Amino acid sequence: MTALPTPDADTFVIEPEGLSALVEALCHEGYRVVGPSVRDGAIVLGEIASANELPCGWTARHEAAAYRVERRDDDAVFGWAVGPHSWKQELMPSRVRLWRASSAESVEEEPPPGRPLALFGVRSCDLHAIAIQDRVFLEGRYVERDYALRRTGAFVVAVDCGEPGGTCFCASLGTGPRADAGFDLALTELVSTEHRFVVRVGSDTGREIARLLPVRAATDADLEAALAVTDEAAGRMGRRLEAGGLRDLLAGNLEHPRFAEVAERCLTCGNCTLVCPTCFCTSVEDVNDLADGSAERWRSWDSCFSTEYSYIHGGSVRRSPRARYRQWLTHKFGTWHDQFGTSGCVGCGRCITWCPVGIDVTEELAAIRAGDGEVDHAHAR
Amino acid sequence: MSAVATCPKLAVWKFSSCDGCQLSLLDCEDELLAIAEEIEIAYFPEATSGEIEGPYDVSLVEGSVTTAHDVGRIQEVRAQSALLVTIGACATAGGIQALRNFVDVGEWIPLVYASPEYVSTLETSTPIADHVPVDLELRGCPISKAQLVDTVSALLHGRRPRLATTSVCTECKARGTPCVMVAHGTPCLGPVTQAGCGAICPAYARGCYGCFGPMESPNVAALARQWRELGAGDDVMLRALRTFNANAPAFREASYDHE
Repeated sequence: MTALPTPDADTFVIEPEGLSALVEALCHEGYRVVGPSVRDGAIVLGEIASANELPCGWTARHEAAAYRVERRDDDAVFGWAVGPHSWKQELMPSRVRLWRASSAESVEEEPPPGRPLALFGVRSCDLHAIAIQDRVFLEGRYVERDYALRRTGAFVVAVDCGEPGGTCFCASLGTGPRADAGFDLALTELVSTEHRFVVRVGSDTGREIARLLPVRAATDADLEAALAVTDEAAGRMGRRLEAGGLRDLLAGNLEHPRFAEVAERCLTCGNCTLVCPTCFCTSVEDVNDLADGSAERWRSWDSCFSTEYSYIHGGSVRRSPRARYRQWLTHKFGTWHDQFGTSGCVGCGRCITWCPVGIDVTEELAAIRAGDGEVDHAHAR
Repeated sequence: MSAVATCPKLAVWKFSSCDGCQLSLLDCEDELLAIAEEIEIAYFPEATSGEIEGPYDVSLVEGSVTTAHDVGRIQEVRAQSALLVTIGACATAGGIQALRNFVDVGEWIPLVYASPEYVSTLETSTPIADHVPVDLELRGCPISKAQLVDTVSALLHGRRPRLATTSVCTECKARGTPCVMVAHGTPCLGPVTQAGCGAICPAYARGCYGCFGPMESPNVAALARQWRELGAGDDVMLRALRTFNANAPAFREASYDHE
């Protein structure tokens, strides 16, 4: 790179070429850059080596149980809302080895990943989801070693949301659409006139990387246009949720008839928990080599929708689909507050889009609120 | 489950089946050499003509019970086996041949065979567990090679085998495959089918065919309503349910709603 102007403020502007330079700079600095691209009919996350792999000119339509990628009529790179993947696949992968042992005396913990992560294109809802997982894994009494190794030193490029999907409701929860914290750099994409990105610096590491980019100073017009993107997006959320008092509402409605009703529709397939960027349940299992007697312990994603997950002596605690759905909903929106001090939901809408039968948490919670105090005598204990 | 004795004896038995699951064992190649060093393969007609007398520490049983002869023979196998593991959709659910359970076998035999008088068969094809107690089931049509090796390894070392009873969706999500129902509108049996195959078909943009049979709490009625939304009506769902695991109770009972 040549003739690199130094950003003289913590807000500046880059051109589309600057975006390519940003991916290159991160790769060059030794990061494993993970970002969005179009694959298998969806905008998914994976390692990228160049900005050419980003979903330029693509968008996606979201409804309950329906998602379709489509062409846009412009070259927007981030003109879509979150896809089926979340950053949890990088920070708490679906299956990781925790240790291996060739004998009782030689237990080796899994070495740290070779390269630090750069998460490229994190939306505000997902920044909040990462903050929630940080609280769960890093700030409690016990630190999750594998998560800490992946999370520590991870570089975060946030992107303000200008194109909320049909199942989005971050505006109802105050978790978006504008990135407010938890990033090294945050971009707002402007496509209407000159295609450019307004960049905000969120950390010293972000400032170091920004020095490697061809930038120009941001004008008042740039800043106004950037704010307008998220202001306008906030008004176009596909879903809305009345978030006030949910903890108490759910605590007072554990025998609400809606739980039996939703259980009629629920497949107990676990998709909602697996696409949720905050759901953190895992199980550990041991494997051994057939011949040499060595053993390994692996951690894998699990779900409160599996009977095995709540299996204790004598059987599963939550045998009925009603009990499992209730556990998930009341934990996510209710007891999460008691356990971790916030809601477990960030309004990304993935559980609505990717439920194969389109069960919609905003609808379920509204139904419980509408029938506050009703008791399902057929199922209540 | 306790570990089996040193140099345990393994037997592989065939009932009504295509031999595909036994071939999965032969297909283990590298692992098979390790298995052969650790255990005595006492009876395995697909692989060897040698035969060692029982009793056996572990019997792998492939195939379903479709003849009067099978009914007697499975009792003998059970009596000689410390652990009996059924392998594949035939042994665990009755297999494709359980389609006969929905029709009059007497009427069909002359339509299929030139000399029906030579055919001696039961009216139904039933899983091994309908006849004798079964210690462990490996699902699939065919079984998963990885599950087979892991199970044999677990039994040899006294470890709990890893056999998920959750949906195939859990495997799609673990490998990052976008849902084919949601992203493509393709009807898929994954949400009601047990994991274990590694979610192969959706990774190739196909819906799940249900080879591993019903998952632990299948809600077929709810899935069928969604299939209808996607344009797949009763005939499609009937055919999907009545394929590899037609006689598995959850699929069998749900299939009557689509006749």
